[in-house]
Amino acid sequence: MSARDQVLGAIRRSLKRGALSGEARAAVEAHLREHPVNIVPARTAGTHEDRVRLLEQWAAFNHATTARVVAADVPGAVSDYLASNNLPARVVMAPDPALDHYDWNSRPMLERRRGLPEDADRVTVTGALAGVAETGTLVFASGPEHPTSLNLLPETHVVVLREADVVGPLEEVFTRLRARYGEGVMPRTVNTVTGPSRTGDVEQQLELGAHGPRRLHILIVRD
Amino acid sequence: MTRPPTSAAAPSDRPPGRGLTVGLFVTCLVDMFRPSVGFAAVKLLEDAGCRVAVPDVQTCCGQPAYNSGDRRDARAVAAQVIAAFDDFDHVVVPSGSCGGMIAHHYPALFDDDPAMRRRAETLAGKTHELMAFLVDVLGVQRVAARYDANVTYHDSCSGLRELGVKAQPRTLLASVAGLKLVEMANPEVCCGFGGTFCVKYPDISNAMLNDKIADIGATGAGTLLAGDLGCLMNMAGKLQRDGKPVQVRHTAEVLAGMGDIAGIGEPEAA
Amino acid sequence: MQSTAHAFKDNVEHALVDDNLQQSLALLKVGFSERRRQAVERLPEFEALRDRARDIKNHALAHLDFYLETFEAKVLALGGHVHWAPTAEDARHIILDICREAGARTVAKSKSMIAEEIALNNHLEAAGIEPVETDLGEYIIQLRREPPSHIIAPAVHLTKDQVADTFLEHHRKLGFDKRLSERGDLVAEARQVLRRRFQEADVGITGANFLVAETGSSMLVTNEGNADLSNTLPRVHIVLASIEKVIPTLEDAATLLRVLARSATGQEWSSYTTFNTGPRRPGDPDGPAQYHVVLLDNGRSGVLGTQMQDMLRCIRCGACMNHCPVYGAVGGHAYGWVYPGPIGAVLTPQLIGVEEAGNLPNASTFCGRCESVCPVRIPLPKLMRHWREREFERHLTPASIRQGLAMWAFLACRPALYRRVTGIANRVLALFGRVAGRYGWLPLAGGWTRYRDFPAPQRGGTFHAQWRARGGARR
Repeated sequence: MSARDQVLGAIRRSLKRGALSGEARAAVEAHLREHPVNIVPARTAGTHEDRVRLLEQWAAFNHATTARVVAADVPGAVSDYLASNNLPARVVMAPDPALDHYDWNSRPMLERRRGLPEDADRVTVTGALAGVAETGTLVFASGPEHPTSLNLLPETHVVVLREADVVGPLEEVFTRLRARYGEGVMPRTVNTVTGPSRTGDVEQQLELGAHGPRRLHILIVRD
Repeated sequence: MTRPPTSAAAPSDRPPGRGLTVGLFVTCLVDMFRPSVGFAAVKLLEDAGCRVAVPDVQTCCGQPAYNSGDRRDARAVAAQVIAAFDDFDHVVVPSGSCGGMIAHHYPALFDDDPAMRRRAETLAGKTHELMAFLVDVLGVQRVAARYDANVTYHDSCSGLRELGVKAQPRTLLASVAGLKLVEMANPEVCCGFGGTFCVKYPDISNAMLNDKIADIGATGAGTLLAGDLGCLMNMAGKLQRDGKPVQVRHTAEVLAGMGDIAGIGEPEAA
Repeated sequence: MQSTAHAFKDNVEHALVDDNLQQSLALLKVGFSERRRQAVERLPEFEALRDRARDIKNHALAHLDFYLETFEAKVLALGGHVHWAPTAEDARHIILDICREAGARTVAKSKSMIAEEIALNNHLEAAGIEPVETDLGEYIIQLRREPPSHIIAPAVHLTKDQVADTFLEHHRKLGFDKRLSERGDLVAEARQVLRRRFQEADVGITGANFLVAETGSSMLVTNEGNADLSNTLPRVHIVLASIEKVIPTLEDAATLLRVLARSATGQEWSSYTTFNTGPRRPGDPDGPAQYHVVLLDNGRSGVLGTQMQDMLRCIRCGACMNHCPVYGAVGGHAYGWVYPGPIGAVLTPQLIGVEEAGNLPNASTFCGRCESVCPVRIPLPKLMRHWREREFERHLTPASIRQGLAMWAFLACRPALYRRVTGIANRVLALFGRVAGRYGWLPLAGGWTRYRDFPAPQRGGTFHAQWRARGGARR
């Protein structure tokens, strides 16, 4: 008997039934197909502006910083953020066409490279699939335009989030993922990131920047 | 906090418990070590208009066996309690632990005996911890008692988590003239008693008890109250071993105006 | 890991006099519970979410075979591999084979309790493959060759000074020869050291918080981001997960996530929650070329359908130990095996036998605080009591306790005799205790009187004797 049959057989013996069939099977298949929403926190209700404010509030709670900008000011906001944190004006950017909407040449002093991060890179700039107001969480989907390692390796991560991409609860992210990739389909990696990397492993005291970014800055771009 | 005492046990003229006969499950510890808790319960119930009866055929609720994994003996004792209290409309217990055993665990003891399980469920449904019975069932909001001291109150685990005893004793204590309740840091954390636990694992029990004693001490209260004699004997024994001048009493005693008798573990006047 | 659960009482004795441990536990006892309390206060739906979380896990367990097969089919369709491991040994072999095939010399490991359960590191090392723990706490205890003492905070028993000494000892050869005194510096040094190890690693091994049947995704929740580096940088990603981790849908995952971090650390959300689905896709600039999921049973299927099934709902948040006064007194190592605290007291006898771990379910006051905070409402005291019942049935309970219980039960079922015996005991204890009001020592009560006085009974006879004397009603 294969290991697979052994495990599945043991489960079925304990559950005192054979493989699911008939109505019982149809019911669980329907559950997967319909993926009903369970309980969504009321805090995510409200207007879109309420949600953007909620995102700002929880991002701050989770030690991220936020700024609201118009599209024309995105390159300037990145430069200013780097300067105010004594960081070099050099970034590695996701090869994301969405980032081409911004006029990076307006800040010629900001050195940019597109692609994977290298050891020397200290700052990443990426877009985001969505921002979750419920917890101030950013969502990044892996793909040609967004290497996962950009979210993880550099010390500082600047995220350009379009206001229209702010959603209420996490469930709305799943709706967007299904719309973009199909039912039951996910990109290789979906990172949901809430504030900078942290650890409490030394004396239960919070320290930022354990393995991932030490700083997470969110530029919320007005539509 | 210091409402003037009223002469009636309840706000209305007609005592809320008039006409009710209540069966008192005394508990083995109260029977053996501190009968005054039983008499305090009787007084509180009678003041509320109840008639109190104490069936003869009662010893213990069965927890020592039940918590040691001895289901058979626990069932034998439980069956005896169920028979003893069959005829009462209400059963009251001055202990959250024994009350929780009857109200929470008895039915599960008879999983394989539908007839007994039904009787156990009936008993469970009519069994109440004393404070919860007074406040939630009878609607008593105040008592006529005086106790001039700062007290702190420990929430015994079973009463708190199995029976929801939390606000009721505080409601009643708030009506005691001269009494000021000073809450300790973690009133809901176990004192380390745990029945046979405290003698099977005395070192762990002592570590837990030390934390509790420190929390009690930090309130500066001169009296410690709780609703379970096991926890009270545990904490009293430690306070006295450590030479801490804190009197230890069952909540019912203070509410019944019996706050002048010797505290737990203190010598009585000759 | 070699169990010392049988030596629980000795372990306790050491733990209670370990000053560093007690200092750490003093922080833990207030920190975690207070942060959880605040997080719960911020979310009015929390109790309803706990109910729903319990129901989701119960539903998943009742259809476990179906959801595992669905999950497997999804992973296979994406070019991933799924391996079924009935036993710990099977899982170790599977993982070792994958590592050998990949020509692995070092493995980046992200904290996994299942990996501890199957003692994976020892076996990798024995095969000449170096496992590098990358969660900071897990890394610290790996350097110290210690087991974790907490399921989400493995080095919670250590002080900053102990960490500093450990780093100096082990990092000196890497060129870090200064003894650090600031927490931030310790974290930064570990980051530097481990970054290199991530880059060298051929294989990344992670656990999984959940497996999502709907999409074939394995989910990882961390605060450091170490799991993400482990599953992004190495060429091969191995997910080691026990079978009860599978849940139906992404929506169900959302519900469980809402109770997980709040119960664990009192955070609103952990920093990193990641869904990994299959290997790197065409066009992906990074991610592992190979993706393996190892599904471990190790006795769990046998728990299904029994009165112990509730333990399989556990989502390993650690709330039960954070709120357990026994854990708070003795810490995690005293429990002697992988899982400490109340969930350990329930799981350990299941996984390594009640003969070995019988003390664990007994060392509880049944205070119920664990159950009151469990995000999936596992009735932990009830499960501990089941273990005590099994011990009793199998005559594993110590003879002295059995004899004491037999005597007690004999009396308790004979009220008249009971009255006579308690009447005598009451009078004797009241008489000799009348001056002090208590006893500093009593025969057969050493467990009590070692640490506390024993209150003497009030004078005047038992309650029942007095009630009879005053003619009180009996019915």
